[in-house]
Amino acid sequence: GYKVSEYLDESPIQFGQISAIQSAAVSSEEPCSASSCLPYSLPFASSQSVPPPFPMSHGTTTLAFIFQGGVLAAADTRSSCSGLVACPASQKVLPIHSHLVGTTSGTSADCALWKRILARELRLYQLRHGRRLSTGGAAKLLSHMLHPFKGTELCVAATLCGCEKTSEICEEENLVYVCSDGTRLKGTLFSVGSGSPYAYSILDQEVHWGLTVNKAVSVAREAVYRATHRDAYSGNCVDVFHVTSKGWTRRNREDLKEEYYREKERQKQEGRGRKQKQEATLSVKT
Amino acid sequence: MEYLVGIQGPDFVLVAADNVAASSIIQMKHDYDKMFKLSEKILLLCVGEAGDTVQFAEYIQKNVQLYKMRNGYELSPAAAANFTRKNLADYLRSRTPYHVNLLLAGYDETDGPGLYYMDYLSSLAKAPFAAHGYGLNKRFILNLPSFTVRVIDKEGIHDLENLTLGAK
Repeated sequence: GYKVSEYLDESPIQFGQISAIQSAAVSSEEPCSASSCLPYSLPFASSQSVPPPFPMSHGTTTLAFIFQGGVLAAADTRSSCSGLVACPASQKVLPIHSHLVGTTSGTSADCALWKRILARELRLYQLRHGRRLSTGGAAKLLSHMLHPFKGTELCVAATLCGCEKTSEICEEENLVYVCSDGTRLKGTLFSVGSGSPYAYSILDQEVHWGLTVNKAVSVAREAVYRATHRDAYSGNCVDVFHVTSKGWTRRNREDLKEEYYREKERQKQEGRGRKQKQEATLSVKT
Repeated sequence: MEYLVGIQGPDFVLVAADNVAASSIIQMKHDYDKMFKLSEKILLLCVGEAGDTVQFAEYIQKNVQLYKMRNGYELSPAAAANFTRKNLADYLRSRTPYHVNLLLAGYDETDGPGLYYMDYLSSLAKAPFAAHGYGLNKRFILNLPSFTVRVIDKEGIHDLENLTLGAK
């Protein structure tokens, strides 16, 4: 039987190799069937891995940035599956605990699983040590847990946005990008996914430290909107999360289709206004 | 497109590395530091595959620090370079080789300044000057925007001003 105390003592870094260690203790020659064995044999070349059904890429737009009012994270809600929209209302910004939020990109199933694993390990850390792990620490933990799967088809690209106490009175916002290929970058502005170049074009222009909360939210929405406009694999709605020292808050999900029609109306009005001005100047001349 | 360069002088070693952390064609960070401080007078510059660089460099860094804690004195640059090369060689024919290219620069009390070139096939060469990548600014199609520059001498590691070269 597997006792609770044994479970609590297990190191999270061993996660990908748990069953191999157990089965090694039982019998080292016992063959593992593909369904029951966690991929201990991957990323080794001699293993049999399931070939991917289609070339996968990060079909999404997610972004996050730090400003004076905290950390803002935003993402679209389209899940695509080889040219087909599998789900128009998926959630790509997942809260991990009260002060940490993560955006996800890559394989939806992998992201959902690893976010839950990270949430579990952070909670265990909090129970064992009596304090919450910092964002940088959570990023390092996630990065080291994903390392054994490097070279396999596991694809997770997340930005962890969190706020933690650095001293008695000081709170610090942190933003770290973690990818299953091993990248771990701490920064102030990240955008991930197939729509990220378009999002970067808005963010690189508009984002600076002194933004107000409302302006920051509108910049994030605009960036996701522009990305969904041009990128086929991003679309539908936008989710915006705001993390401060008091925790995370979520804006209502907005359908970008309405934003598109509002813009079309505005362009039509401008066109009408310009035409009227042209006619006025012409009539003045003649 | 990453760049590392090192030059050994009579009583110093000068090293520089570019500041870009890229994900395919997008620059994710413009101010990324590729130098890892192994000890007071040893720097490890590391480029290569995304996760491997940080994992390997941090592993070497922590082991060098552990040696100091256990034995009370620091590893010499030559010893650190050979330790790094041995680790690269051990992993090379394993199932998880590290694809990293390294420069190790250090100052030893007895031997003076030293610059060691290592690559992902675990070759090791002590050289008066060495580089990884393309750092050309006038003739190359891509320009790296800025570089971190440091110098190591008998006093330790000193930061110099960042180089921001544009296409002339």
